[in-house]
Amino acid sequence: MPDMKKGRIAGVNGNMLTVEFETAVTQNEVAYAILGDLRLKSEVIRVRGQRADLQVFESTSGLKVGDIVEFTDDLLCAELGPGLLKKVYDGLQNPLDKLAEKSGFFLQRGVYLDPLEADSEWEFTPIAKTGDVLSAGDRIGSVPEGIFTHYIMLPFAFLGTWKVLSVAPAGKYKIHEVMAKVVNDHGEEREVTMVQKWPVKAAITCYKEKLLPTDPLITQQRTIDTFFPVAQGGTFCTPGPFGAGKTVLQHAISQHAEADVVIIAACGERAGEVVEILREFPELKDPRTGKSLMDRSIIICNTSSMPVAAREASIYTAVTLAEYYRQMGLNVLMLADSTSRWAQALREMSGRLEEIPGEESFPAYLESRIAGFYERAGLVKLNDGSIGSITIGGSVSPAGGNFEEPVTQATLKVVGAFLGLSRERSSARRFPAIHPLESWSKYPSIVDESKLREARGFLRRGNEVNQMMKVVGEEGTTTEDFVVYLKSEFLDFVYLQQNTFDAVDSATSRERQVYMFDKVIGVLRTEFKFEDKEKARTYFQELQLIFTNLNYAPTDSDKFKELEQQIDAKISERKA
Amino acid sequence: MRKVYHKIIQIVGNVITVEADNVGNDELAEVHTSRGSSLAQVIRLQDNKVYLQVFAGSRGISTGDEVRFLGHQMQVSSSDDLLGRTFNGAGRPRDSRPPIEDQMIDIGGPSVNPAKRVIPRKMIRTGIPMIDVFNTLVESQKLPIFSVAGEPYNELLARIAMQAEVDIIILGGMGLKYDDYLKFRNTLDEHGALSRSVLFVHTAADPIVECTLVPDMCLAVAEQYALRNKRVLVLLTDMTNFSDALKEISITMDQIPSNRGYPGALYSQLASRYEKAVDFDGAGSITILAVTTMPGDDVTHPVPDNTGYITEGQFYLRNGCIEPFGSLSRLKQQVNGKTRGDHRAIMDTMIRFYSEYKETLEKQSMGFQMSSWDKKLLKYGRRFEAEMMDLSVNIPLEEALDLGWKILSDCFTATETGIKTDLVNEYWPKKAE
Repeated sequence: MPDMKKGRIAGVNGNMLTVEFETAVTQNEVAYAILGDLRLKSEVIRVRGQRADLQVFESTSGLKVGDIVEFTDDLLCAELGPGLLKKVYDGLQNPLDKLAEKSGFFLQRGVYLDPLEADSEWEFTPIAKTGDVLSAGDRIGSVPEGIFTHYIMLPFAFLGTWKVLSVAPAGKYKIHEVMAKVVNDHGEEREVTMVQKWPVKAAITCYKEKLLPTDPLITQQRTIDTFFPVAQGGTFCTPGPFGAGKTVLQHAISQHAEADVVIIAACGERAGEVVEILREFPELKDPRTGKSLMDRSIIICNTSSMPVAAREASIYTAVTLAEYYRQMGLNVLMLADSTSRWAQALREMSGRLEEIPGEESFPAYLESRIAGFYERAGLVKLNDGSIGSITIGGSVSPAGGNFEEPVTQATLKVVGAFLGLSRERSSARRFPAIHPLESWSKYPSIVDESKLREARGFLRRGNEVNQMMKVVGEEGTTTEDFVVYLKSEFLDFVYLQQNTFDAVDSATSRERQVYMFDKVIGVLRTEFKFEDKEKARTYFQELQLIFTNLNYAPTDSDKFKELEQQIDAKISERKA
Repeated sequence: MRKVYHKIIQIVGNVITVEADNVGNDELAEVHTSRGSSLAQVIRLQDNKVYLQVFAGSRGISTGDEVRFLGHQMQVSSSDDLLGRTFNGAGRPRDSRPPIEDQMIDIGGPSVNPAKRVIPRKMIRTGIPMIDVFNTLVESQKLPIFSVAGEPYNELLARIAMQAEVDIIILGGMGLKYDDYLKFRNTLDEHGALSRSVLFVHTAADPIVECTLVPDMCLAVAEQYALRNKRVLVLLTDMTNFSDALKEISITMDQIPSNRGYPGALYSQLASRYEKAVDFDGAGSITILAVTTMPGDDVTHPVPDNTGYITEGQFYLRNGCIEPFGSLSRLKQQVNGKTRGDHRAIMDTMIRFYSEYKETLEKQSMGFQMSSWDKKLLKYGRRFEAEMMDLSVNIPLEEALDLGWKILSDCFTATETGIKTDLVNEYWPKKAE
């Protein structure tokens, strides 16, 4: 390409290049540093005079002063079209399986592949007709993609209104074939294919309005749905020290959540965890559709040993894909593990740019970046009146497990639910380790608010009694108080704790939660009479055991019914 | 022939600056001084200035000394001749035998494509109940031993290495005391394991830059063996020294520190090493066991803290025992469901009771009356410590599980344990009463 804008490297510092250019460059445009046959993708992040600073998404080993850099004029974009589902991408949307076919065991730098398969064929059904006037995001046609109808839309980047000149008739097409021709008021004609590009750092806002999220997103995790619910279109965060079970919880949510599409951004975390999803999801069945879980999932993985700059991009790539599916009227759940690693990527780059550091040397714009990311969630009414949502759940890895640090604090300001994981609970093997007294949610629960208050009251008072017992001992506590403590422990053991590794207990449906919660409230409300504390302890141990067995029994199985009867008998044994 | 440069224009910390053309980032150079020669690596390019980090340190370098660029990055041999040999951090022999310079490969290579990894499924048996039963070690796991100075962490590392069934052992010593290095060497020798081991040792007296190279050297070699279908165990001790070396270097280079002087990139730096642990789809594996000493026994210190977020669990070594709380093997779920039906139940129940025992102990020390339940817990706790936790216990997993049932049944009734009824029916020891 003769008119390609070019520059020459004037400096290399870690993954930052200083490039001298001649004509003009655009902030955040993509450029390639040329190293022999390799083209290393990079992004302009600062311009000063005739020099631009670029962050390279790869290792800069071997680059020399004077090497050529080619500018592309394009911002960092995601490619959107049919075939995204089931894919596993790196942070720059390179398909990892194809990369493995091409370069083997290791991720060789400078290898970029098309995110979508150009040769794949899709059965197109037109929706728009010649003469229709459309705006960005309006539907031109549809193709079936696995379990969904995938809409081909007027590209989001098309400003204003466009008149349809022609639409392809129904039939099989490849993704880059022209599906429609449109013209705008100025007489500019454009062609529309099944694929469009969108700059990942900008939000897609081709909808009518944002709505208030109220309907719960059922995660089938009892602590979440009942006590700290998450709404469809809402946001939540799960901060916790290492070993508190953040990732296990996120995996449980990604498996059991009742969302249409789940997008997992494994951002700067362990590769092993991604491999588990990668290898297990295709085997697991989604009970709602009967299809493999992978059919509704996209995985963006930029694990901790992959280049840091691409880690920053990975979160945006993931949320852009989420927005794309929301435009089709689907409920999308996006999970990011972990946003702290993303923030650290910002910090590393900020350090290289020698910006004045803020708290813990995070850049001053940390808060606005975090807020900007979570604000891309939301429940929206699309142009045609249908509803779509993105729910974002971010895990946070605070240094030293201390929630006072900048990333956790900035996150807490912008999320609707805080599921704080505690080391205290995880060392006591109480999983999920969501702290029942410190966590909060602004969304409505699936159970009755007054019953919930009652249950919370027991947890709080039980905790007080427990604290008191540490000072005055068991003998200094009244039997009455002691029973309150036992009841709170009972609630914790049989309801809050949930075994992710058990086939039945790992997922509790909404109906079963409501039913079981009533059972548990029943026990909490019952006045028991005990001769002494020892008897009370034994009684609750026994009751707990039946409830635990019940949690492991499939709903409405014979075992379930039998255990229910045992519970009723047990309760009447000691009723006052 | 590459050009030789004679004008060093700046010396700051271990970094020297020369004016040179056509030099690539990360390239190696040789610096010849009147006191000997050292390798140096390009760490920054700015116009015609080349910044080099000198491995042996900048002491004694004169502005007129000779700098010769080698045209390649830091490399290490991957030949089979490495077995049984000891090298320093820069890859030079430490055992007065000739250097090995064939099959050279770059260190710090790219990361493994997650699509080429498989889920680890193979347990590594160690004969230590606290590991086998409670926190099973799994092939391809990366696991640190969190400890404090004075604890027998190097002994534990050596013991696991000797008992684990692996093909190749690679030891990376960072800031190792010379005595400790000799001890490791002798242990390997006594068990006849030296001939399948490679040692890269940086001792406390060696130049600091070489310390930061040790993990990369070890892991680059490990990767080559793993690709040849070998099961490799990499032992790294002590990663806190490695992190401190990074800190020292970044501070002298005027980088803005993030937390207690450590560079903001500490997490990424540690992760890029630990993430080399892998179970290849269709080749061998790399398991990493590393020692991280916690300054001031503080787990929130940046080094153990960042490590904990990267590794797949951690063992706490305290008072000569592997602590049951906090110690965690994240991969245990991958294997302990297939060892024996009671494995998970025993693991959970015993730890839960031990935690209750600790609470009771606290109550006891405050002089509270002990209920009959407390007394049961006390009896249990003492037996657990003596028969399970003690590091001298060396029994296979199955025996350890049987022992678990025995201890539980000697102290509690089956209902009190809260174990699922079908497991109790199968495993609860029948008392000959």
